Amino acid sequence: MKTLGDITRKIRSKNAGPFSLTIDVFCFDQYGYDKVRKILTPEKISELYKISQDEIKKFLIPKLHIIKITIPRPEIQGSSFDRDLHGASFSIILEELVIH
Amino acid sequence: MTAKVLIPSGALGITYSKTALKEGLKKNPDIIVIDGGSTDSGPAYLGQGISKYSRSTTKAEWKTLMEARASLKIPLVIGSAGTCGTNSSVDWFLEITKELAKELGQRPKIAVLRCSQSKTTIKDALKKGLLKPLQYAPPITEERIQSCTNIVGLAGVEQITKAINTGADIIIAGRSTDASLIASYPILNGVEEGIAWHGGKIGECGAFCSTNPKTGVILISFEKKGFTVEPMEKDAQATPDSVAAHMVYENSDPFILREPGGCLDVESAFYEKINERSVHVTGSKWIDEKEYSIKLEGAYVAGYQNVSIVLIRDKKYVEHIDAWTSQIKEKAKTLISQTLGLETTNYQIQFRLIGKNATLGNLETNINVPCEIGVLGIVTAQSPNDAEEIGKILNPLLLHHSLFEKGELPTFAFPFSPPSFNAGAKYEFCLNHAINLKDPMDIFQLEEY
Repeated sequence: MKTLGDITRKIRSKNAGPFSLTIDVFCFDQYGYDKVRKILTPEKISELYKISQDEIKKFLIPKLHIIKITIPRPEIQGSSFDRDLHGASFSIILEELVIH
Repeated sequence: MTAKVLIPSGALGITYSKTALKEGLKKNPDIIVIDGGSTDSGPAYLGQGISKYSRSTTKAEWKTLMEARASLKIPLVIGSAGTCGTNSSVDWFLEITKELAKELGQRPKIAVLRCSQSKTTIKDALKKGLLKPLQYAPPITEERIQSCTNIVGLAGVEQITKAINTGADIIIAGRSTDASLIASYPILNGVEEGIAWHGGKIGECGAFCSTNPKTGVILISFEKKGFTVEPMEKDAQATPDSVAAHMVYENSDPFILREPGGCLDVESAFYEKINERSVHVTGSKWIDEKEYSIKLEGAYVAGYQNVSIVLIRDKKYVEHIDAWTSQIKEKAKTLISQTLGLETTNYQIQFRLIGKNATLGNLETNINVPCEIGVLGIVTAQSPNDAEEIGKILNPLLLHHSLFEKGELPTFAFPFSPPSFNAGAKYEFCLNHAINLKDPMDIFQLEEY
């Protein structure tokens, strides 16, 4: 059983200001990039992060084999219901995603 | 024509390599620039108008930079001074600077750029339709603006340039965009705006754009149509990939960066390796916006908190932790209503289950039964007294609540005495809006010392 974390170089999530969360997926090569690109559909991201599909922004950087996803922060940074001030743990949801 | 900007690190307070700084100084930079803040550490600093970093570390790191500046007789700039860049944090930083000047026997000319905003100005701008919501901005009302403890405007190249033009030796700027601090001097010296802003973005976190981010110090050498990035620590290298990849770091869009007065567009940028340690960048563009605007940040008090931690090691309770916490919530609700007369609209009680899903909450997909669970109880109420009272009402329940009708009362583990703490005011961010300005200096003030 493989996870997305197993087939990528690094998956990182960070705040992009207090209201946005941005997730960067660094792939090893073109082959991995093409594979990951197909897995990370708006449907999948919406299901994993429980947000509506039209709020998701996906950017492809083929030269660097990076896929970038920006979403509204699940909770505004540092607000009463926020659990992770720096937003770095949200990447784990993608890292542990089982792939077939 | 060239402009050489030395950047000691991504932020004052996180340390940098002194050897690398010495190397940097040997390259004869024209200016030293460092950022002092960010919103990334949370709303409490802006809410309180204070610095995240200790006074002693700040003073020690600033001392080295003041000495470096004096040795080369070049300007030294800090932006977002004191983390949040309010007038209070700028004053704190100015006091440290004056103290150091005295200790070092220096008499520098100091310029201070103030970025704190009056609520009246921002409320008027809202009424006149001059506030524009940025990406994922929360709704904003006059009441919310009025409730802010601090509002700052983010200075850009126009305001930083005014400060540089005073001829000051040291420039202490309040809240400013990271990239503008680096971009201002090159633009003033004829470098194309797209190039200067792109160099600013790449250099904003110091050596983060290199293969050894911890070393801090980098030099960016600008010419009219390009810039070169060179880390100053010997074992750090800038590579086309390490530099290009920095455009994705903490940016919502990897190609377009919104800044005061316009946007940086790096879609057609070209990154070229020029030697083992340096990268040359060309092709970046700047797009002016029709109406000049800058971004605002604000924080307000959303409530007052009291925090408890209780450790659950009993298997029967670990297995049924959700039932246990929801029964406690129900019991507390009745007690709080009977004794304090408060209803659930007046307060919140959250239980975060450490060992189960405290980090990701309802997004967690990997839930197992652990051997123990830490229950973090967070009370948020409308006054410090209500928060403390509710925390104390919760305490006997967290200590003894039983899931079973018969049998002895259980007793759970508290790691602290007192078992609950007042966490004080709970600040929250509330503004992610741009404000249109006729003149970039309309809501910023420049002072000289």
